[in-house]
Amino acid sequence: MARLAGDLSLAEDCAQEACAAALAQWPREGLPANPGGWVVAVARRRALDHLRRESARAGKERLAVQGWAAAEPDGSAVAGDDQLALLFACCHPALDPASQVTLTLRVVCGLPAASIARLLLLPEPAVAQRIVRAKRKIRDAGIRLRVPDPAERPARLAPVLRAIYLTFTEGHSPHGTSAIVRDDLCEEALRLTRRLHRLLPDEPEVTGLLALILLTSARSAARADQDGALVLLPDQDRSRWDRGRLGQGRSLVEAALAQRRLGPYQLQAAIAACHADAGAAADTDWRQIAALYSELLRFDPSPVIEANRAVAVAYAEGPSAGLAILDTLAASSQFARWPQLHIARAALLAQCGRSDDAAAAYRDALALEPAEPVRRHISGQIAALGAAPTPTQET
Amino acid sequence: MKYIALLYGELDAGPAPGTPEFMEMLGEFESATAAMADAGVLVDSSPLQPPQTATTVRVRNGEAQLSDGPFAEIKEQLGGYYILDCEDLDTALRYVAAIPSAKYGSVEVRPLMVMGPH
Repeated sequence: MARLAGDLSLAEDCAQEACAAALAQWPREGLPANPGGWVVAVARRRALDHLRRESARAGKERLAVQGWAAAEPDGSAVAGDDQLALLFACCHPALDPASQVTLTLRVVCGLPAASIARLLLLPEPAVAQRIVRAKRKIRDAGIRLRVPDPAERPARLAPVLRAIYLTFTEGHSPHGTSAIVRDDLCEEALRLTRRLHRLLPDEPEVTGLLALILLTSARSAARADQDGALVLLPDQDRSRWDRGRLGQGRSLVEAALAQRRLGPYQLQAAIAACHADAGAAADTDWRQIAALYSELLRFDPSPVIEANRAVAVAYAEGPSAGLAILDTLAASSQFARWPQLHIARAALLAQCGRSDDAAAAYRDALALEPAEPVRRHISGQIAALGAAPTPTQET
Repeated sequence: MKYIALLYGELDAGPAPGTPEFMEMLGEFESATAAMADAGVLVDSSPLQPPQTATTVRVRNGEAQLSDGPFAEIKEQLGGYYILDCEDLDTALRYVAAIPSAKYGSVEVRPLMVMGPH
């Protein structure tokens, strides 16, 4: 039973990452063609560089900071405020939303185009071209490298938060590697959010994002065992969770919610706080979590969030209740290509005693080529069900 | 940097001439323009006469073809322009946002191409 419950947590764990990533990755303007292929390369070092180019004109000297857009990162770090300015410039509304995210990941977070392509589920040439065009637009249209005036900041926030969170989810659940976590990306996202929070202390969604990152990254140390295998949420040694981060995260969630301007990052942080509040997995308030997911759906009626809710409902009310929700989702052709959905279904099917259906669902998940730690786990689950083992794909 | 702001709108968009709202809109045009002039960013500006006063010229195979009216029969037509010279895009956008055409139609802001050495 514990292993099956473990699968539910695997599903919950993965689903939560995917859910959060989907919030960031699947804006209504640009749904990827193939949501199933979640293979992403290793993220590299954060590197920033920008140039300043003077242009003198009719006796007037003006700073035209457009050269930075043309330069490639060389590995040198950029001071805090400059990095925020860079972030806001990459997320300027004169750039279309897809370009904003792509450029930020490249220029601010230093991810190579290949990684970004896998993260955004796009062909690499398309990503490279998008970056080139965005840089050109910044240069040609005269978008300046500066933090927006206070009055303009709230309106400029959404793509900035999305880009930062995308970085964090990739760091928290990296693809294309056997590593459980990429701390450099997680810490980069945390650094950026802290600065943003200092700049905008009264924006509850910024506070929410900071809380979410703190509460989620607090679990990092417990997510891998000594062999480097993924440890699921209910199996995690909670004494290894970072108490400091959990405490900070909790206060921030409370502070954000007190402002009564609810938003998706605050809700996700509240869900993470529910986990943090449970001394042991069995103490988790799943009803509360399911309710929070329902709230989240009001902001983003995404099937990914619905799948998360299904898992929470299964914990709170029993597997068949959750399965009913997942079956509806699986019938949608688009989300049939999402491995985590099949993993969640498999876990619930197994809990209902439907071992053959469970094994079939696990194989459906494997066929969609999820990240390696997930693959290893699935193969283990299939074997545990007593079904014939599936040949694993080595990387 | 030099930018042109192209004012587009549907012909019947905005308040009708003769109404107090129309006078208010004219006042907004005046203050938007004055703001740009006072800041020293205004290079040139003018409203255009309506689309039916346009003549479109196309030279094909050495032959000049003239047609009556704008180059395309689209709902939003060009109604005027501003040319600004300012520091960056955000500055231009801030001034342009005050132009009433942004409220009743759309304003396209595009940088002028820089010719020659700078």
